[in-house]
Amino acid sequence: MRSVALTVNEVPYELELEPRELLVYVLRDRLGLTGTVVGCDTSSCGACTVLIDGESVKSCTVLGVQADGAEITTIEGLSENGELHELQQSFHEHHALQCGYCTSGMVLAAVSLLAETPRPSESEIRHALEGNLCRCTGYQNIVDAIGAVAR
Amino acid sequence: MSAPSEVVVGRIIGTPVERKEDKKLLQGQAQWVDNMKLPGMVFLGIVRSPYAHARIVSVDVQPALAHAGVIAAWSGEDLDEDWHGSLPCAWLPTEETNAPTHRPLAIDKVRYAGDAVAVVVTDSREAAEDAIELVEVDYEPLPAVADVEAALADGAPLVHDEFGTNQCYTWTLETGEVDGLFAEAAVTVSERYRQNRLVPNAIEPRAVVVSPIPANGEYTMWSTTQVPHIARVTLSGVCGIPEAKLRVIAPDVGGGFGSKLNVYAEEALALVVARRLGRPTKWTEARSEGYLSTIHGRDVVQEIELAATAEGKITAVRVRLVSAMGAYLQLVTPGIPLLGAWLYGGSYDIEAYSFECIGVFTHTVPTDAYRGAGRPEATYAIERAVDALARKLELDPVELRRRNFIREFPATLASGLTIDSGDYGACLDVAIEESEYDAVRAEQAQRRAAGDSKRVGIGLSTYVEMCGLAPSAILGAIRYSAGGWDTATIRCLPTGTVQVLTGTSPHGQGHETTWSQIAADQLGYAVDEIEVLHGDTAVVPLGMDTYGSRSLAVGGVALYYAAERIIDKAKKLAAHMLEVDVEQIEHVRGVYQALDSSMTIKEIAFAAWTAHNLPEGMEPGLEASYVYDPPNFSWPAGAHVAIVEVDTETGAVDLRRYVAVDDVGTVINPTIVDGQIHGGLAQGVAQALYEEAVYDDDANLLTSNMVTYLVGSAAEFPRWELYRTETPSPTNPLGVKGVGETGSIASPAAVMNAVVDALAEDGITEIAMPATPERVWRALKEVQR
Amino acid sequence: MIPAAFDYERADSVEQALELLGSREEAKLLAGGHSLLPAMRLRLSRPSLLVDVGRLSELSYVRDAGASIAIGALTRHHDVATAPLLQEHNPLVCHVAGLIGDPQVRHRGTIGGSLAHGDPASDLPAVALALDAEIDVAGAGGTRTVAAADFFRGVFETAVGAGEMVTEVRVPKLSGDHVWSYLKFRRRAQDWATVGVAAVARANGAITQPAIALVSMGAVPLRAAASEAAWAGGDDPGAAAAEGTEPPSDTNGSAEFRRHLVQVLVRRAVDEAVGR
Repeated sequence: MRSVALTVNEVPYELELEPRELLVYVLRDRLGLTGTVVGCDTSSCGACTVLIDGESVKSCTVLGVQADGAEITTIEGLSENGELHELQQSFHEHHALQCGYCTSGMVLAAVSLLAETPRPSESEIRHALEGNLCRCTGYQNIVDAIGAVAR
Repeated sequence: MSAPSEVVVGRIIGTPVERKEDKKLLQGQAQWVDNMKLPGMVFLGIVRSPYAHARIVSVDVQPALAHAGVIAAWSGEDLDEDWHGSLPCAWLPTEETNAPTHRPLAIDKVRYAGDAVAVVVTDSREAAEDAIELVEVDYEPLPAVADVEAALADGAPLVHDEFGTNQCYTWTLETGEVDGLFAEAAVTVSERYRQNRLVPNAIEPRAVVVSPIPANGEYTMWSTTQVPHIARVTLSGVCGIPEAKLRVIAPDVGGGFGSKLNVYAEEALALVVARRLGRPTKWTEARSEGYLSTIHGRDVVQEIELAATAEGKITAVRVRLVSAMGAYLQLVTPGIPLLGAWLYGGSYDIEAYSFECIGVFTHTVPTDAYRGAGRPEATYAIERAVDALARKLELDPVELRRRNFIREFPATLASGLTIDSGDYGACLDVAIEESEYDAVRAEQAQRRAAGDSKRVGIGLSTYVEMCGLAPSAILGAIRYSAGGWDTATIRCLPTGTVQVLTGTSPHGQGHETTWSQIAADQLGYAVDEIEVLHGDTAVVPLGMDTYGSRSLAVGGVALYYAAERIIDKAKKLAAHMLEVDVEQIEHVRGVYQALDSSMTIKEIAFAAWTAHNLPEGMEPGLEASYVYDPPNFSWPAGAHVAIVEVDTETGAVDLRRYVAVDDVGTVINPTIVDGQIHGGLAQGVAQALYEEAVYDDDANLLTSNMVTYLVGSAAEFPRWELYRTETPSPTNPLGVKGVGETGSIASPAAVMNAVVDALAEDGITEIAMPATPERVWRALKEVQR
Repeated sequence: MIPAAFDYERADSVEQALELLGSREEAKLLAGGHSLLPAMRLRLSRPSLLVDVGRLSELSYVRDAGASIAIGALTRHHDVATAPLLQEHNPLVCHVAGLIGDPQVRHRGTIGGSLAHGDPASDLPAVALALDAEIDVAGAGGTRTVAAADFFRGVFETAVGAGEMVTEVRVPKLSGDHVWSYLKFRRRAQDWATVGVAAVARANGAITQPAIALVSMGAVPLRAAASEAAWAGGDDPGAAAAEGTEPPSDTNGSAEFRRHLVQVLVRRAVDEAVGR
């Protein structure tokens, strides 16, 4: 067990972790932040995407102990006082989600994209989502939702 | 307390109401099964066979039991006394169908790589994965067969020795003078296609949690299922739990596409482990485990022949399928090809029809329903074959289709069913115009003249499908074990809100929004005043769940009729309160008007609840239910056009444009309908270009995770260009037809027709799906030889 | 899936990392973890000790080193792709770093980790080979410099021995007359290359110092010597591109297809380089 201090959605936590505990399970099982989900075991699907220090990462491929000292943002930390983040709102308006399982990861990947590339082209948006799989939407409304915020 | 009175005016059906489901999903507040933690909960892990076929010599769970955190571990033999029946198959197409006993844990032999042989029960996720590795299973490997035709060959390894064959069943359908029409045909084509095996890959892996109340023998099961009602009926039989003591809940479910239209070993195992230990029990599938334990789709070899006149009028169609069952029969495994059996004549007016399907066991993961289930296969075969006929006749494929379309409705198909409505020419007109078909043909000719190594192809798919499963009597006639009805209940609460209970079980389709629109539109409530409850057998005891594009065409129609009953009762009560005859009451969007006095639906609901002044014999409360059994299937149709560019040097296929024109009947929510088509298109295009479950000669699955099995991302697909025509179904009062599967049904044929069209000048007539760069390159190499 | 249990230590310096690495036979270095952790989750890899060097910010840099640009081993792909010094002096490396995996992978994966992993399907090793990069490997006995040509030894095998780690990679500054291309043929954007081709040369009237390196055409990244000669000689560089290769067969393509594909891609990479 190792002592780990991390900040999730601006709340500081001190945890005792087994080294093999993946960050996604730390968030889900220990902190009860079940908005971050697991979709695969090969870092392929991106459903578990969170922000570490503002950048998108797949939390299934990060150990909890590696996140010591990090500032993490999960989907639960994106809306403020019940107000949806503009990307969440745009996903809603563009029908960019169906079952919603990939949605947390998609939204956070989009937050990271727009932080790095504020005015992406449609092609840049599509490539920025190459590590996030959705089986419901055929992607078009997701791409449009992100594009609408970028404009 | 007084009655609320505002009612909503204006039409809600047909408008793009924003989804009610979204806000919790967007903020990480969904209730996924894997989120659940219950006091004393244990974790279940499954030990799976690495061999496709082997005798189980011994299973030793002792090393696992010695590991920290392990509470129990059992082999198949240890648990054998717990089963009261086989895992269910609800559809045996013939009386002679070979139906093997399907135990949740194998005891004698394993029959596919992934077959479950033992369970471990632990106090953590981590310990479960450790303990799985510690169970020692001694296998004696046996020869295996994964290929569906090889499995039929003499001397092939048998999946189930007791049958003496790998053949599961043969099912036939024949009408008209097929042989005669072929004999006198001016032209015939004979084509052979392979439906690649697909892995559904709902992004939420499967999971189940069971909470027991041991003293009462009661169980609550939360499962990632599309079919909570069917799960309750069947699992009670498998586990010997009285149906009334089993409650099944499908909370938020992260996609299904047919893969969760099933009743799985892990659900049964979680129930019996919870029963043995008296503790809540949880199992969550790892993705790569899911490739070996969740059903696959397709895997069919198709032979199709068309007979036609010299003018290109198709007279007869003859079809023979060899369809993979996998190693066992899951819930509706053998029935899947039958869902396409009536459709190999497509949208065309033909005289005679012959269909034969042979179901075959192989040492592979069982197949079952995957988005479209039987109908993508049928559409693919007829649409590809029509293009082959067009090439043979040197006719444009558009013209050939026009010459053969069914034009008058209702139309009784040669295969026997009756299509209630449609206008296939109208869809094709829009598709040809919007795709700029003639311009693409001109570009094609231009590139050919210039000797461009990149070819352009354009492909059509003018499909019709049958969905809205289904008239119960027809299901009975084709030996499906359950009915095709569904239920709705409307409960107008006294304070101005409404509960709608539906027997369908959505997992992404937006029923809460669409059902609210239907109820709001009819009853005069606001969409937000309606709560749609679903997916819990204790809340909605009766239902047939969600699959086969049935929910709106059956469950939505049940809701319509339940609303009619509410209106009927509301009229009677209003007449009583207003002291007029019921015939004098006029109902317009929630206002019940008679002469110069009126009541709103909310006032009536309140009066029905207080019950202070009801007409004689009227029950208190404003609540109504309806169980709707559809008189016919519903028949969405459309015309899709794919435009591809094929790089003849690398074999790469680029889908440049995709135009889809669909007629799904009346549209309740156009945004949701478009979304359904988008998603179906991505899956169908991926069948044509990316996805394939590949087994090696020893029946090991080579594409067993998301790295090797190619689920496409946003970077792989074009913008979808959607158009709509609308011929309302006359079969139901809403005029709806169903939209969940049209995209995946129509698109593989359109894309592959385009790929072959691009290479037709090179002499290529067939490339197998998926059209990988290597397959395209090999096909070109073959013709250049 | 969750890795088998292991011990974990965080190194605060290269010295400490080397000491920890040497302390156990089954110890492994953890940088970004994007090759190692997936393998551990599938239990294909079971180190007993992970030495986390992820916090060694001293190894995350892009610096001007005279004739070359020095890149610290722990510089992430994202930082390589966007480093102004590299964009100015070696845009090939930026371009390729931006093609690795997906954005999330590029936010964690490091250049040193990618090279030390020795995956013949990965992009950066071939680029290092084409550029004659120098790779510094630190061990108990000090730091040695290994030429890229000597670095890759086999599938997942490199010159980095047990108890050693990569500390720096140096790539040459390209001059104004350098031309380059990197073509990555893959089924999906997030996939590894079925075949990849890195091409770089000086084009000053004639082609000199041609270098063509191939991804996924053998157990290690390969130089296509015959193609390089053809390029310099003004002949078809594609024709001989498959010479001496031993490509794998897998679900992305057979060896035969890869041998064909590499010819097309080399031809196109050369065209793109000179046309850029």
